[in-house]
Amino acid sequence: MPGARRRWARFRRMGVGVLSLAALGCRSPAPAVLEFWAMGREGEVVQQLVPEFERRAPEVRVRVQQIPWSAAHEKLLTAYVGDAMPDLFQVGNTWIPEFVALGAIEPLDGCLAASAGGVADYFPGILDTNRLGGVTYAVPWYVDTRLLFYRTDILAQAGYTQPPRTWEAWLDAMGRVKALVGPANYAILLPFSEWQPPVILALQLGAELLRDNDQYGNFRSAPVRRALALYLDLFERQLAPRAGDAQVANVYHDFASGFFSFYITGPWNIGEFSRRLPASVAGRWATAPLPAPDADWPGASLAGGASVAIFRGSARKDMAWRFAEYLTEPAQQLAFYRLTGDLPSRMSAWQDPSLADNRYAQAFWAQLQRLRSTPKIPEWERIASTVVRYTEAAVRGRLTLDEALAALDRDVDAILEKRRWLLQRGRLPERRHAGS
Amino acid sequence: MKRCVQAAFIYGALGTGAAATVLPLLWMVSASLMPAGEANLLPPRFWPSTVTFAHYGVLFSRLNVGRYVFNSAMLAVAVTLISLLLNSMAGYAFAKLRFRGRDGTFRLLLGALVIPGQVGMLPLFLLLKQMGLVNTYWGVIIPGMASVFGIFLVRQYALSIPDSLLDAARVDGAGELRIYWSLALPACRPILVTLGLFTFMGTWNDFLWPLVVLTGRDLYTLPVALANLVGEHVQDTELMMAGAVLTVLPVVVVFMALQRYYIQGILSGSIKG
Amino acid sequence: MTRQRAAYGFVAPALAAIAVFFLLPVAASVLLSLTDFDIYAVADRRNLRVVGAANYVQLLRDPLFWVALRNTGYFVLVGGPLSVAASLAVALFIDAKLVRAKGVFRTIFFLPVATTLVAVAVVWRYVYHPRVGLLNYGLSLLGLAAVDWLGDPRWAMPAIMLMAVWKNFGFNMVIFIAGLQSIPERLYEAARIDGAGGWQQLRHITVPGLAPTFLFVAVMTLIGYCQLFAEPYVMTQGGPAHSTLSVVLLMYEHGFRWWNLGYAAAVAFVLFAIILGLTLLTLRLRAAGAGGEDSR
Repeated sequence: MPGARRRWARFRRMGVGVLSLAALGCRSPAPAVLEFWAMGREGEVVQQLVPEFERRAPEVRVRVQQIPWSAAHEKLLTAYVGDAMPDLFQVGNTWIPEFVALGAIEPLDGCLAASAGGVADYFPGILDTNRLGGVTYAVPWYVDTRLLFYRTDILAQAGYTQPPRTWEAWLDAMGRVKALVGPANYAILLPFSEWQPPVILALQLGAELLRDNDQYGNFRSAPVRRALALYLDLFERQLAPRAGDAQVANVYHDFASGFFSFYITGPWNIGEFSRRLPASVAGRWATAPLPAPDADWPGASLAGGASVAIFRGSARKDMAWRFAEYLTEPAQQLAFYRLTGDLPSRMSAWQDPSLADNRYAQAFWAQLQRLRSTPKIPEWERIASTVVRYTEAAVRGRLTLDEALAALDRDVDAILEKRRWLLQRGRLPERRHAGS
Repeated sequence: MKRCVQAAFIYGALGTGAAATVLPLLWMVSASLMPAGEANLLPPRFWPSTVTFAHYGVLFSRLNVGRYVFNSAMLAVAVTLISLLLNSMAGYAFAKLRFRGRDGTFRLLLGALVIPGQVGMLPLFLLLKQMGLVNTYWGVIIPGMASVFGIFLVRQYALSIPDSLLDAARVDGAGELRIYWSLALPACRPILVTLGLFTFMGTWNDFLWPLVVLTGRDLYTLPVALANLVGEHVQDTELMMAGAVLTVLPVVVVFMALQRYYIQGILSGSIKG
Repeated sequence: MTRQRAAYGFVAPALAAIAVFFLLPVAASVLLSLTDFDIYAVADRRNLRVVGAANYVQLLRDPLFWVALRNTGYFVLVGGPLSVAASLAVALFIDAKLVRAKGVFRTIFFLPVATTLVAVAVVWRYVYHPRVGLLNYGLSLLGLAAVDWLGDPRWAMPAIMLMAVWKNFGFNMVIFIAGLQSIPERLYEAARIDGAGGWQQLRHITVPGLAPTFLFVAVMTLIGYCQLFAEPYVMTQGGPAHSTLSVVLLMYEHGFRWWNLGYAAAVAFVLFAIILGLTLLTLRLRAAGAGGEDSR
């Protein structure tokens, strides 16, 4: 009957309409949420890069959680144990061995090979710190190395129009600066809580901090001894103040007032100095690569910085990689640099005029060509804090240099005991992951 | 004459002491209202040159402090109510109900008072993780549900409830639960207010456990968020002070409103104890 | 009997909560302290070894543990009596008969107790600032040299002590006031009639009358101060030169920063043993003292 057929056709059309509405609903689900943990100032600033990524990938929402550096290590480990890990997170590259040992991060060789630009564009020294047992576990995000920040006016007054390039010249320059600024001020700031300066000095001399496949401490070796002796000497000669972290509450104020003229620190301070130093010293400071023990300038420095790692247990690894890839694009790295002063890990990004014409950053470019890593083992953080403890004791005169080095070796051997036990049984994680 | 000298001495000492006690708190409030950078001047300023609420604005808008206030308040209220219920029930039972093993168990509990809370913290974390409660509100509420101290306080106070009152109710046919709810609880009201206030203050101010258990920023309580803030903005004194004021203000207000009961409770509890 | 069953029902929830979420973890902690649970064990349970008393032996050989113990002992033995003395002194002053507005003073002195420790630690960090802090400014007004409170290893722990005393003395003060008010007035009247002066009244009436309160306060302060953690965590992170490293802070670092759970559990257990020992010692001294007095 025509009426019935028309009614049936109408029902069919409605049915199709309802089904396609439903299908539309299935095709656009609520956006997946990526959880990203970032530390310090980077955590605050990276939020500004998120909208562009969400525009490119509308099916993803990124939630950034900011964690202070002082609590970051324990928060990450606690989150891992508590099954509350984010999808991806910023990780200092000296922490990568620890997370590899936990089996917490995803190997990224495949993703990196498939991405535009591959791996050739990253600073080799930096990429190396992300590799264990031939496997890459994180992608470098920004680089950090330590070099000299100094007061050009005070140095010029002391007779040095160019920054020193050898240890000899450096010590001479510091001596002259000290004579110039008097007993109430100093030549260089070396906070006790930092293990980097004495370790850098040792690495510059080619020291191996650990021996026998990183199973024992090697701190009594000649290069380490020589480096630490130099470090202590700086305090003995009153070139560096015996200050702890809590004491120097305002580095910027002290630098501006001439309390110290040299500071071994990293790239974040380019921005901080520009922002926080009073106008009286604007343009009166500069950066320079570290002096070398001999004529082979520049002296080596630490391959630091942070990478982005993806949690192995994440349910959204593909999306997490897309975001990590986005963050490490040259264009985004440059945008990030403009916001934070953090230096890009991709060499091509350095061609941009904002970096190529920046004299403060150029010193970092030179320094980044000569890097050395610290031992890539999970125990490194503990060893570093043991180094801090004994260098502080030696500086404060509680131990002699040799006592400090012997104690350091003894403590480090104890810290590494479990590593030796695991190596004996072939249960070391790096070997496990390389095979899988 | 001697009276006057004595009075002057005593009032003077008390006044100086009070001023010294309150000074850091006053400076905290004052600095939070100063324009940026003013709190770090030498010689230190005590009063702001101009009063500005900008730092509070930053806290609420950029740093999302409102969320943390909510978390702290919610947790404090939840723990207080739940623990009041559990502790008062147990305290009343230990005081007024006879059952086998009562005194032995109570003495055992008192012994547990000596164990510092941090001893079991790590295994407790692992236990909560097994239960899937890490980074949840329950992770903070559950360990605070009952406390030996609370049971002790209620029990000491409940001892003074006349047995005749309770027996009369039993003769009238009231059930134990009814007796507890309608007779014992109202009789214990002073100590309950004290315990409630004590628990509220303790939970609001708790730092270490929320620091460990609440890994996600959304669930931070105020003390944890403040410690985070200090790690980041140590150069921004005025902002820090504003955060400190926000953390301290609610619990101080609650305390001032209920202090008479609180102090009365401590007085009565300690005399008997 | 329904009453007995009801009683069990009443205590069950609280006891269950305490048993599962307090006593059980404590027992587990003792077991953990006998293993070398660390980050490798977190990765793979097979990497766990039972090492018996090795953690305790390592503890006794660890110079950092002794530093922490010494610092905590310093805090307890100097800061504790200081806090109790301050509370007692203020309580005596407030309780003096000629003082009016007792409530106002009591509230003001109690205020720091109600505040959040983290917040006041932040404030005191600025108060202690070597150049722009209020304290050094006050010292300079008195003509004294500035002290680097939180940066000098000699002064960092005293600085923390001062802050802890400021924060806590109000609590004990209230307890002392209660104790003072419980001493019967007629004892003082009788003494006055006998011609005893203020000082003698203090020695012969107040002090013995306060003895039980004093014991209570002393034990509670002892137990609390042994657990020093939040102040050094927020203000100095254990520095400078580990001068403010406390036992609980050491435990936290090993436990949550490095996940050396076995070692951290051993530290916690040793702390518990120390607190227990000190408490029993104090109680026994008091009992011996009381016995001596009664036999006079």
